[in-house]
Amino acid sequence: MELFDNHKKLFSAAALFFIGLTILVAILPAWRNQYNNAPLPNATPMSEDAIKGKEVFISNGCVACHTQQVRNIAMDKVWGERPSIAADYAGIHRQSIWVNTATLMGTERTGPDLTNIGLRQPSKEWNLVHLYNPRIVVKESVMPAYSWLFEIKEQPAKNDVVVNVPDAFLYGQKGKVVAMPKALQLVAYLESLKQTKLPDGSPSPDFLYKQQVAASEAKTGTSTGATVLNGEALYTANCQSCHQANGEGLLGAFPALKGSKVVLDDNAALMVNIIMNGYTGREKEGFGPMPAVGTNNNLSADEIAAIMNHEKTSWGNNAKTVTADEVKKLMDLVKDSATENK
Amino acid sequence: MLKKFRLFLIGAILLLVAFPLNHVFAQDGIPSSFSFQSITGIMLIIITLLILVLLAAFVLQLKVKEMNKEQLQSDQENIEQNISTYISRFTAEQIDQYFLWKQKRKRNNHQNENSGVGTAGKTFLFLVFLFFAQQLLAQGPAQTVTGEAGIVITTILILTPILLGIIIMIVKVMNVLKRYRNNLKIKEAEKLAEYLQQKDDVNLDAALMQRKAALDFSLHNNELSGNAPPFDKRGLIQTDPDQTELPIAAAKKRALKRPNIDPALSKLVLWYIGCAAFWLIFGTTIGEYIGIKFVAPDADHISWLSFGRLRPVHTNSVFWGWASLGMLGLGYYIVPKVSNAPLASFKKGWYTLYFINAAVILGSVCLMAGINNAGGEYREYIWPVMALFGIGLVLTLINFLQTIARRTTKEIYISNWYIVSGIMFGLVIALVAYLPFWQDALGETIIQGYYMHQGVGMWFMLFTLGIVYYFLPQQLNRPIYSYSLGILAFWTQILFYTLIGTHHFVFSAIPWWLQTVAIVGSAGMAIPVIAGTTNFLMTFKGAWYKVSDSYTLPFFLVGIIFYFSGSMQGTAEAFRSSNLIWHFTDFTVAHSHLTMYGIISFFLWAGIYAVVPRLTGKEAPQLTIGAHFWFALVGLLFYTIPLMIGATLKGNMWIEGKPFIDSVVMMAPYWLWRAIGGSLMWFSHLLFAYNLYKMFSGNVELNVTEVALEKLVVNNSSESGAQAII
Repeated sequence: MELFDNHKKLFSAAALFFIGLTILVAILPAWRNQYNNAPLPNATPMSEDAIKGKEVFISNGCVACHTQQVRNIAMDKVWGERPSIAADYAGIHRQSIWVNTATLMGTERTGPDLTNIGLRQPSKEWNLVHLYNPRIVVKESVMPAYSWLFEIKEQPAKNDVVVNVPDAFLYGQKGKVVAMPKALQLVAYLESLKQTKLPDGSPSPDFLYKQQVAASEAKTGTSTGATVLNGEALYTANCQSCHQANGEGLLGAFPALKGSKVVLDDNAALMVNIIMNGYTGREKEGFGPMPAVGTNNNLSADEIAAIMNHEKTSWGNNAKTVTADEVKKLMDLVKDSATENK
Repeated sequence: MLKKFRLFLIGAILLLVAFPLNHVFAQDGIPSSFSFQSITGIMLIIITLLILVLLAAFVLQLKVKEMNKEQLQSDQENIEQNISTYISRFTAEQIDQYFLWKQKRKRNNHQNENSGVGTAGKTFLFLVFLFFAQQLLAQGPAQTVTGEAGIVITTILILTPILLGIIIMIVKVMNVLKRYRNNLKIKEAEKLAEYLQQKDDVNLDAALMQRKAALDFSLHNNELSGNAPPFDKRGLIQTDPDQTELPIAAAKKRALKRPNIDPALSKLVLWYIGCAAFWLIFGTTIGEYIGIKFVAPDADHISWLSFGRLRPVHTNSVFWGWASLGMLGLGYYIVPKVSNAPLASFKKGWYTLYFINAAVILGSVCLMAGINNAGGEYREYIWPVMALFGIGLVLTLINFLQTIARRTTKEIYISNWYIVSGIMFGLVIALVAYLPFWQDALGETIIQGYYMHQGVGMWFMLFTLGIVYYFLPQQLNRPIYSYSLGILAFWTQILFYTLIGTHHFVFSAIPWWLQTVAIVGSAGMAIPVIAGTTNFLMTFKGAWYKVSDSYTLPFFLVGIIFYFSGSMQGTAEAFRSSNLIWHFTDFTVAHSHLTMYGIISFFLWAGIYAVVPRLTGKEAPQLTIGAHFWFALVGLLFYTIPLMIGATLKGNMWIEGKPFIDSVVMMAPYWLWRAIGGSLMWFSHLLFAYNLYKMFSGNVELNVTEVALEKLVVNNSSESGAQAII
């Protein structure tokens, strides 16, 4: 055939075929998405520190392990309140003349998704310790230690942010660990990562592939009535990174729950209040503020009761357990008091 | 009696099969709750299949029993006749034994063993199995999964062990048959022994004596040759009989000597391959190190060596350093060869080499220093660095096109289709990925999906297929099976592969229709992959024996197998249902190693081991080539299989909503296996480097005769030169 024996025709045909398909399947859709989406009206712009922190995030290749996309499937519900939509990325433009646009959606989740990390883990103390060496707070973590974002000073200056690092992780170095600006900027970036609420009235896209097992279980009804939630698993997912698996917390950063007065108290009001609204009551002892985990992570009364009962009965703790109904009532109560305070 | 039992059994099984079907159809009163795409449907198919197989096995066994019985009965009738036949077939040793026994008159009883337990045991197992099958079916409806094509592929994977089971069953049946025959023979032997004991026949003894004398006759082995020493008139004996040793590994055929190749071209190709090998060692050393970091995350705390920075150094140096330079090097050999014309420009060839090496060096340093292009996989090099790579490609594209334009053949051999298209498309992809006009917001993601997959499929895969279309027929010394299949694969690859990029972002915020197009394209990839695989395997037809004789063909064969399985795995991963489990897990890592390593690297090694001996006239030791092959293959399997298992478990843990850290803890042993497999792969690359060294400049052991002859020639020419002067 003429086409196959003439190199000009053959290679032009192949190239045009490929370029045509490329335009249809890559360039036109990309253009369309670039021009047809706008950021959500209530999206907050990033602070200067956060913008610099994003550069640190990019240059250290964090995207290799951390995604920033909540897929519209039920298993991704733990990473955000709603699936990510095109508008969430619409405000992201080219970084600089050298560096391309960084949506940082990622393709691998060796570590947790970070779409909503600013809400899930807002504690600056935790983030700094975790960056210095993740295994200080999460023993099983395989994340690299970013200790080069910190310096060790004998005499920290007044404005220095000192990070509480256990001696074992100092490898014999003497002095106080001080966060350098890059570390603080990176934490500022992480704290800025929050899903923007959809404008009032617009329906949130659905999570697909909901687990059908749970539905069928509910239908048949187990003999014990309501399904018992696994308090230990919920504790691992929501509390363990600070208070640790052994409930002993981290000296000078996160208080112990083992033998804690609040946890052992038969009156659960304060404990529910702390979970729902956060806590700054022990900052004088050197402990960081606790974020409002229950509110941030959208925990239900059942889930909070399961977590509380796990805390009340583990590590040698032996306190009276609570029921979901009691927690529900207390939750309503502390919600009222929180709004009143505001 | 037996027939009745069989009827009963069949009836019972039919009932058992029919019952669960009933059960399923009646579920919740929904008439169509049974579907071939649901877990239940598939389990049902598998179980029905298994039941049928077991039924067949049972019937077969009954048949065998019956047959044996009939044979036994008919045999008993002419036992007398049989015995005389046996006696007439006595061998010399058996006759000796007979007389020995006669002298001693000792008894030698054989006990026959008969096992009747087998059948009962099997029947029991069968019943137990049916029980479990029932239970499984009863559970089936609870775990309905919506219609999924990915499940179909899983089913095929499940059916593979079942097929294996059938093979094992056939072997077992054959064994049973053998055992029954042996029992029969033992019985006959008893009869024979009895006969020999009872009859004390002088005639028999005399006849046996005579027979023994006849059997003992033997030749002296020199009746035809006489007593003169042998003389190899036709030069049949090649090896020195005094020097042969017991071989540790099977000896393979040596590379054929070829007419000399332009030394300038040789030098260029060898430099490409040498640089590629360097980047392979460099890139996989880093890969090995970051693999270890999964097990020992505190190995170092240096910013330049942190995981996030080293990972792209690894991927980019094996992509643009090893695979790209290796492909181009082989391309520089193939394109002029199949065009039957000299290379248009050596200068451009060298410049491409400089530019690409510069790009990988600069790119690696930039990445380690924390300068990158914002995280899109495989486009981590910032644009000035990638521009160097692009300039290199442009030079080579012009060079190849000019060479092809000067070809002396009428047609353009298919290798050149693939190779030139690979370079053209590679350039298009790089331009699309680095031009800023369509990269804002989600545009970046859509382009990223397109880029990362076209890079693999259009640049690496097309080019490498071109290499295979040249070297495979050459190494087999046979024409490619079908030129048309090659052409079909070429155009369908362009059609389908271009579409599939965004399947890396299934369920993300990019448009749903674009995701669906990508999934459809991924399914369409079956056409070029099956066409290509068929073409290659059929080229082997009638020449399979050459595989064991050659040290290059095993590399090709592994490459072809992974070309099929790796590519089809990619299709399976693209479906929404499988994405649910495998996306974001280490499965992707395993898949990319199966393909970039199992396909591309194995094909490149095959081509390199085929071409370098032609260029240098030196071969690497076959032992280390074999070791390279096995370490790479076993290492790859150790690397990928545990990762795939672990990733599947991980995906399921995520679906079940287990805490994230639990999935990290669960992966630890699988990551360890990955590090072990990676170490084996890495070691094989050291062997590869050693082999290359041997082929490049290995000190060839001097052959006394050759050197002596060379000296004679030199002396001769100098003498004649001297004479001419005089």
